[in-house]
Amino acid sequence: MVINLFSWIKRLFKKKKKAKIGIYGPPNAGKTTLANRIVRDWSGDAMGPVSHIPHETRRARRREDVIIEANGTTVTLDIIDTPGLATKIDFHGFMACGMEEEEAKRRAKEATEGVIEAVKWLEDLDGVILVMDATEDPFTQVNVTVIGNMEARKLPLVIAANKIDVQTASPARIRGAFPQHPTIPISALEGINTDQLYKEIAKRFG
Amino acid sequence: MSQNKNNSQTNIQLDFISEGKLAQMAPMEKIRMLLDEVRSGKIVVLERGLAPDEEAKLIEMTMTEIIPDEFSGIEIESYPIEQNTSFLRKILGKNTTKTRLTIIGPADQLKTIRKDRDMITAIVTK
Ligand SMILES: Nc1nc2c(ncn2[C@@H]2O[C@H](COP(=O)(O)OP(=O)(O)O)[C@@H](O)[C@H]2O)c(=O)[nH]1
Ligand SMILES: [Mg+2]
Repeated sequence: MVINLFSWIKRLFKKKKKAKIGIYGPPNAGKTTLANRIVRDWSGDAMGPVSHIPHETRRARRREDVIIEANGTTVTLDIIDTPGLATKIDFHGFMACGMEEEEAKRRAKEATEGVIEAVKWLEDLDGVILVMDATEDPFTQVNVTVIGNMEARKLPLVIAANKIDVQTASPARIRGAFPQHPTIPISALEGINTDQLYKEIAKRFG
Repeated sequence: MSQNKNNSQTNIQLDFISEGKLAQMAPMEKIRMLLDEVRSGKIVVLERGLAPDEEAKLIEMTMTEIIPDEFSGIEIESYPIEQNTSFLRKILGKNTTKTRLTIIGPADQLKTIRKDRDMITAIVTK
């Protein structure tokens, strides 16, 4: 009881303003996989469904009051798993994933709305976790656009170089592309090196 | 415009827009102009690109205009913005970020092959 009260008071004093953190990145980079892992690691349940089909997340999902403790710092975050940004959406891509034409068109329409939502969230955040697929070219325009927006508003950004469990992953390529931002190599799927990511999150968003 | 129509069977028009011309336009005016150009099948090269928030707005507007089998969006490539380290600009509180060359075209016609910090390789198809 005494200890509980003590830790409660400690938390009360240590607790800083809540930060709204958006998870961005190209389709299929692993945003939802990472959001699920963060929420599971720090609050015990999941965020949303993961899929190999692009644009599975077509509505931004928000989880409030995720408390992360690392490096002796406690940060309280609202985690927003966004659909991410894209500059093109072709329903034929969904048909290639095995959907009928009508469903593919409906999906494509929803995906465009999801991107609009992700753009709108961008204006309302305190920081961004930018998830990149480390097996792919890091210089995609949506990465450049997200980084540009955060830099212009002087807001913190942490890059998660995801999928390092895959042989061809090259987090070094990402680091070389955006040397001005911290890049943490992780596997959101396997949970590799996420401790390092949490330390960086506590440091940058605290 | 009409000239472009006449040649549309064989040619693709490229417009190179100077920093000065873009600087005179309001953000929405720029975005409308760019989308109109791209939707009519042109490739646009901007000497100095768009501000990051204008780029985000362009993505948003692009999404509202996607129509199945007609317009599937844009391809846009620019170099990462640079920090302007000029001491004077910092003292004067001027914008310290510098946007860079940007190329925009219809997604089904402009394809980026390779991109790195200082080189963009793209192909244009009809
Ligand atoms: N190998 C590997 N696959 C991953 C990793 N993270 C996500 N994926 C896979 O990538 C695909 C897209 O994941 P998802 O989280 O839905 O991506 P989102 O579109 O960015 O939200 C799914 O098939 C995931 O299982 C990872 O760290 N390693
Ligand atoms: Mg997702």
